[in-house]
Amino acid sequence: MSGHSSYVPKTGFERWLDARLPIIRLAHDSAVSYPVPRNLNYFWTFGGILMFMLVAQIVTGIILVMHYTPHATMAFNSVEHIMRDVNYGWLLRYLHSNGASMFFLAVYIHIFRGLYYGSYKAPREVLWILGVVILLLMMATAFMGYVLPWGQMSFWGATVITSLFSALPIVGETIVTFLWGGFSVDNPTLNRFFSLHYLLPFMIFGVVILHVWALHHVGQNNPTGVEVKNVAKDTVPFTPYATVKDLFAMVCFIFVFAYFVFYTPNFMGHADNYIPANPAVTPAHIVPEWYFLPFYAILRAVPDKLGGVIAMGAAIVVLAFLPWIDSSKVKSMSYRPIARQLFWAFVVVCIGLGWLGAMPAEGGYVIASQIFTVLYFGYFVALFVVGLFERPKALPNSIADSVLGTLQGGSGARMGTAVAAEPNAKG
Amino acid sequence: MANATDTKPTESTRRDFLMLATGAAGVVGLGAVVVPLVSQLAPDAQTVAAGAPIDLDLAPIAEGQAIKLFWRGKLIFVRHRTKKEIDEARAVNVASLPDPQADQARVKEGHEQFLVVYGNCTHLGCVPLGNNPGDPKGDFDGWFCPCHGSHYDSSGRIRRGPAPLNLPIPPYAFTEGTKIRIG
Amino acid sequence: MSTLSFRSAAFGLLLAALPLTAQAAGERVIPPELSWSFSGPFGKFDRAQLQRGYKVYKEVCANCHSASLLKFRNLSQPGGPEFSAGQVTALAATYQIKDGPNDAGEMFERPGRAADAFPAPFPNEQAARAANGGAYPPDLSVLAKARTYERGFPRFVFDIFTQYQEQGPDYIAALLTGYKDPPPEGVTLLPGQYYNTYMPGHLIAMPNVLNDGQVEFPKGPDGQPQVPETAQQYAKDVTAFLMWAAEPHLEARKRIGLQVMLFLLIFGGLLYYTKKKVWSRMPDGTPVH
Repeated sequence: MSGHSSYVPKTGFERWLDARLPIIRLAHDSAVSYPVPRNLNYFWTFGGILMFMLVAQIVTGIILVMHYTPHATMAFNSVEHIMRDVNYGWLLRYLHSNGASMFFLAVYIHIFRGLYYGSYKAPREVLWILGVVILLLMMATAFMGYVLPWGQMSFWGATVITSLFSALPIVGETIVTFLWGGFSVDNPTLNRFFSLHYLLPFMIFGVVILHVWALHHVGQNNPTGVEVKNVAKDTVPFTPYATVKDLFAMVCFIFVFAYFVFYTPNFMGHADNYIPANPAVTPAHIVPEWYFLPFYAILRAVPDKLGGVIAMGAAIVVLAFLPWIDSSKVKSMSYRPIARQLFWAFVVVCIGLGWLGAMPAEGGYVIASQIFTVLYFGYFVALFVVGLFERPKALPNSIADSVLGTLQGGSGARMGTAVAAEPNAKG
Repeated sequence: MANATDTKPTESTRRDFLMLATGAAGVVGLGAVVVPLVSQLAPDAQTVAAGAPIDLDLAPIAEGQAIKLFWRGKLIFVRHRTKKEIDEARAVNVASLPDPQADQARVKEGHEQFLVVYGNCTHLGCVPLGNNPGDPKGDFDGWFCPCHGSHYDSSGRIRRGPAPLNLPIPPYAFTEGTKIRIG
Repeated sequence: MSTLSFRSAAFGLLLAALPLTAQAAGERVIPPELSWSFSGPFGKFDRAQLQRGYKVYKEVCANCHSASLLKFRNLSQPGGPEFSAGQVTALAATYQIKDGPNDAGEMFERPGRAADAFPAPFPNEQAARAANGGAYPPDLSVLAKARTYERGFPRFVFDIFTQYQEQGPDYIAALLTGYKDPPPEGVTLLPGQYYNTYMPGHLIAMPNVLNDGQVEFPKGPDGQPQVPETAQQYAKDVTAFLMWAAEPHLEARKRIGLQVMLFLLIFGGLLYYTKKKVWSRMPDGTPVH
């Protein structure tokens, strides 16, 4: 997609600047003339929504820091000070805390879109891995941010999650002590988490730039998974087509976001976090935020401490290897009858794990968690196996064909798409 | 892009109106977002409320002595002036001052000996010297700001140097005897 | 078709796991859902109720519980009990607040001001415990948001749409009137323990403190109290007060929320038609679809 630039400087200043710092050309090429497949559905608007959420979190976060005090004895009250005394402080704080949830909601939809449409496959492997890196950074950021109000859940969440590292042989205990900066979770822990919570979003921003760069280099995937063949016929310019569509989707998403912020702002939170941190009392039911629940369920499903940590880590890291695990050359699961069912089963497994993560770790829940954990990893195995024999449906010749409804199926279409024919030959 | 959608004139007007309305709504939305982002910068409710009036008894301040105190986080000087200082402050030709103001207007009638002024130089906010016994008081028996060399007289008025204005008078009143209420 | 069947099978698996939720509720007795003036998208606090609730808090709760995040001035701010500024100043002045040190380096007491926090009944946690048989009466500032009970599936999903979020107030109101004296058969109480239906585990260190007629409420024109002076009513009123204390900007939040939602609907509608218009044709003028 890169290469030829359609930017023509109009004024003398633009020509002058273009010869020295072609920044307007960059903006024009990546946000105006950049060709977008014309058949993208609304699931493709989540990239833009995520960009919005990242910026919104950074803006509200920087403002909250102006009023927040990172100290074990003052953090809780300073958050309440924001909620009570700062002008619109309640709004900014609810935007930020609910924003984290909405950020994850968007990122999970974004990821599942990528899984369904095979957006991780060549030539988008690096794009995908950068995405996994962003996910990991987001998790770290969200976790440390949740510690900052220094409520009961903050404190005990920090205790439990940092203690995960003690599972590591030999170095575990030392790592935990270094994370804490003491012999328990205390003020030094809060201070370093605060520091990192401020730093990581900018690291996310950096990786996002790489993510977008990679995207603009290889071009967007699309619901057919067929690459762009004729730019004039298969694509539309980013502006105004994608811009206005992204904007519309963004406003719809903000509608949901605003609903939570204004009408049920504590729905995603835990009541226990309105109790100041107390190292002497653990809440009866420690649960992470909803977006960590599936991974938390996997952690608890494994009876061995180290094993649980490894399983949880593997559940995320395995995503990075997906481009090489999925053995099918067909990207979009719309054309893969078996894999598509696997995908939906995987969605159900993830939701099921999320639900199990919120349940107490006892009796039937543990067994169910173990079954679902096996199913979770089973998806990746199944995807490899299914790709070897699955007979995909006929792919359209081109994006334009799929949109305009010309040449549906038939041998002609299949011959036109070598990628689709290849797995057939295997099978 | 010009020929993207406008095929008929009527359609193009409708499109223009739609674009205009959408753009206007977007601007309104952005404007509304700015309100909380900016107004959070203003003093919060507790800071405003904590600025309640404070009471102070001036009796313990001996003649020639000055004290410092804070109201709303701002520094205030209270000075018990000597007869000489009062006379000096009143002898000067008001019209010749950089910021003309009579000494009578800067103290409360019947309590001429007490001068209550904000304690930050009107130039760039440093604290002028002159409260402690050994401090330089400038050329006019008042205060001298060491940062950029402003001289204030015994009425807290700027006499020489870069500061443009007299030291302002905080809102205060004598309640009974030597007791004052600031705020 | 096969996709569908696979999917429904998977959901079936999920549903089969559901009965487990019921067991998770365990020992707890779910408090009844009361109707609150502040619930729902247009909810507002009932000023008279908050004022009565404050009276109950002041005369009963404040004897043992602190509410350190509350300032007297909060009582007159918009969206709260909205006492007049004069009433608040007078009220604050009835309290002696520890301040200092003064010029002599000593702490002293002075009449309270509007900006002062509600004074705590005990100087510290240890003193509070010592005076209450070892139990620490929790701070009431955000208590209404700090108490909840498990809603369970699928109710927690419906809660998003019904905006039910009054678990805390429902629990507190139920707890305040949930005492059983004598306790049910087979329950032995140690000294300083009381039996409460709604307390998790049923044993609570707080005695029953609300009794009919204990707090005097403002009288109407006929000389009768406007609401009954019963423990039930006290519990409801003080709970409403605690909810306001925990979320003092609730009214502003819901009011601004409505404005924001309406704006987003209009803006979203405009964008939808703009998007349709833009997407009606390709750059070269041919139809997109």
